[in-house]
Amino acid sequence: MKAFAALLDALIYTRSRNDKLTLIADYLRAAPDPDRGWALAALTGGLSFASVKSSVIRGVAAQRVDPELLALSRDYVGDSAETVALIWPTQGEAAAGDVSLSEVVNTLAALTRTNAPATIEAYLDRFDANERYAFLKLATGALRVGISARLAKTGFAQAFGVSVDAVEELWHALTPPYAELFAWGQHGGTRPDLATRAYFRPFMLAHPLEGTLPDYDAYAAEWKWDGIRIQIARTGNEVRLFSRGAEDISHSFPEVVAAFDGHGVVDGELLVRGDDQGGDHLGGEAGSFNALQQRLGRKTVSKAMLESAPAFVRLYDILFDGAQDVRALPWSARRPILERFAAILPPSHFDVSPVIAAPDWASLVALREAARAASIEGVMLKRRDSPYVAGRVTGLWYKWKRDPLTADCVLMYAQRGSGKRSSFYSDYTFGCWTEDGALLPVGKAYSGFTDTELKWLDNFVRAHTLSRFGPVREVEKSLVLEVAFDAIQSSTRHKSGLAMRFPRIKRIRTDKPAAEADRIATLRAMIA
Amino acid sequence: MADWVHASPEGIYVAPADLWIDPSTPKPFAAITHGHADHARGGHGRVLATPETLDIMDLRYGASPATPMPYGAAIEQGGVAIGFHPAGHILGSAQISLTYRGERVVVTGDYKRRPDPTCALFTPVPCDILITEATFALPVFTHPPIEGEIARLLRAQAQFPGRAIIVGAYALGKAQRLIMELRRVGYVAPIYLHGAMEKMCELYERHGVALGALLPAAGNAGEKLAGQIIIAPPSALHDRWSRRFADPLLAVASGWMRIRQRARQKNIDLPLVISDHADWNELTQTITQLRPAETWITHGRTDALIRWCEMNQLRARALHLVGRDEEDAA
Ligand SMILES: [Zn+2]
Ligand SMILES: [Zn+2]
Repeated sequence: MKAFAALLDALIYTRSRNDKLTLIADYLRAAPDPDRGWALAALTGGLSFASVKSSVIRGVAAQRVDPELLALSRDYVGDSAETVALIWPTQGEAAAGDVSLSEVVNTLAALTRTNAPATIEAYLDRFDANERYAFLKLATGALRVGISARLAKTGFAQAFGVSVDAVEELWHALTPPYAELFAWGQHGGTRPDLATRAYFRPFMLAHPLEGTLPDYDAYAAEWKWDGIRIQIARTGNEVRLFSRGAEDISHSFPEVVAAFDGHGVVDGELLVRGDDQGGDHLGGEAGSFNALQQRLGRKTVSKAMLESAPAFVRLYDILFDGAQDVRALPWSARRPILERFAAILPPSHFDVSPVIAAPDWASLVALREAARAASIEGVMLKRRDSPYVAGRVTGLWYKWKRDPLTADCVLMYAQRGSGKRSSFYSDYTFGCWTEDGALLPVGKAYSGFTDTELKWLDNFVRAHTLSRFGPVREVEKSLVLEVAFDAIQSSTRHKSGLAMRFPRIKRIRTDKPAAEADRIATLRAMIA
Repeated sequence: MADWVHASPEGIYVAPADLWIDPSTPKPFAAITHGHADHARGGHGRVLATPETLDIMDLRYGASPATPMPYGAAIEQGGVAIGFHPAGHILGSAQISLTYRGERVVVTGDYKRRPDPTCALFTPVPCDILITEATFALPVFTHPPIEGEIARLLRAQAQFPGRAIIVGAYALGKAQRLIMELRRVGYVAPIYLHGAMEKMCELYERHGVALGALLPAAGNAGEKLAGQIIIAPPSALHDRWSRRFADPLLAVASGWMRIRQRARQKNIDLPLVISDHADWNELTQTITQLRPAETWITHGRTDALIRWCEMNQLRARALHLVGRDEEDAA
């Protein structure tokens, strides 16, 4: 645990990417199996322990420290794990000897709700402040130390002199503590045999298009559907549905899994039936993102839900045709393979996103403008000769979104951020005026501003606080924020009856009096 | 209790003596605990302070009419006996005791209880009312022994011989303490100073604090100071000033460095938890030791210390003084 705690501590303060990679690589080379595998899983966000909630940690701490002092400290520090690590009364000298990371992981994994508190307490007594921090971060699965999963994998690649793409390709087929991965990296072993597993392949992603496209003829255009990007993989009889974050979401969409009777791996947009976006002349109708959202994150799906919001997939691309990897082929060769592949799938659950017939740039611009009425998010541009490659590669795929909508809203509440922003009020709830002059919240944003603007907003919040509830402050209703958002829909979840899609702060309008901010009715009129 | 001492946002007012302690605006008669700018300001009529503090104020604001009050000295004004006692915070820092009609009030100013080679050790002064600071009054603040932090600094220096080590430290107090602690463990090499540090270091030398070999950092651009220790105000770390050195390693010496997120926001390589203020244990130790009938809290994290007093059946209240900006000096 000492080596792992030291790694985390060093990563927190290391600013350069190269230094971070060196730290990770050094650790992965030096640490024993399976400790390093667990560490890699923790750094890539692949560990979670169901019976260790932060409420359990707070409960354990409240046995040792006055709850009010604990709460005041937590409010100041901005992070529960760090607060408890620092505040925990040390028992004289910390116990001699180290506890292995694997022992800690195995113990945490075996905890039940009843024995969790006593076990956590015993560990906290045994560790020093650094180890307590690492332990609590690990236990609550909140191990954010300013590195991405990608960086950790690059660290692995650097440690063993293999390519990071090869690591990515294997990654999702293996599970912690990644014994096969280390065997392959360390001992120059053979690649693990994955033929029998249905597993996630990294997505190809698009850059936003700024300005115009110089060589339009080299690209094909498709509509950008507003659902969630998914991948369906089938090997043998196993079918799995993955989100962009490689999360297995098969259980939330059983009808799609059951209907997929092809062999291979495809890429597409998961949508629900409805008539909110698109239309027959634009490649088929689909429900709004809001309608789809109700089906996300469900462990089981009710029959009523399957009937009221049936899901289907609009296919974009193909990665494997049967066992054959077609990713290296150009898009122009993959497209006919996809069309052939999709032709045998049931049309009730699968169709293919059409290629937009626009002979030149001007006609595409015109079509995209017209598509606003059909609520289409934008256009995708794919280079016809591009292979299917992981990540965002400049020049291959572009997303060309419609310009965002904007509204002038009044700041109502602010909440402290987390992590790096824990000392700033960085989450803002804003509202618009009703006909009878009341403010109702219409959304919440925590991005879009610069660091300087964040400082300014934080100062504003502190100087104009009306009341406080825990981490939230209610502020004087005097500051106008220009908010940009991709779309707005009616929603029963909010009192204003509105839900914004991806709202962000565009500008601080100190020049505008609050009374002149937009009215709810104006926003309602933007619902497409 | 002590209805002859009043707290106003501008400072503490002692009515029978018509005296202000650490006032934030010019007053005819002021007693100053120590030289930090949030306690000592220019423009007062007559000033009571230790000779060292007066010297620091002269350097910053020019000379003004003053009565030097060495530690242990006392004078009487309007029936109030005013005494000065070591606070252990920086050179010349004092607690001020006020005794009137048999009742004693002690104003700690900023203080710490651990030994510091640049100033006299804190002495607890029994009192009826303790007016204390609370800069680090949260139980998460326990400052580690300074020896460990100095060792971490020297380890970083050994590990990165090609990089100049710039330590951000407040120019008055923290910088000199850091230098003396380095000397104490046998570090004899010259220590390089940002221009803003030089005058204050000379002043410390004049008061008998032998800082050893000090050289100006200016004029040593590029790799000339690789492997050397440079001390600069924290504000210079991310300023154009520090860019003159090739690949510098940035450290900050402050009690706030105890909190990871705080340290991370400073965007530095090496946080050193070194503070000239009492930590949670020292603050509560002092109150436990003195057991004053009441504790008044001037600035800092007042809520937690009041809560702690409540839990220990001690009376306490917050004074909400303004303009006490402890961020960099801590
Ligand atoms: Zn001070
Ligand atoms: Zn102060």
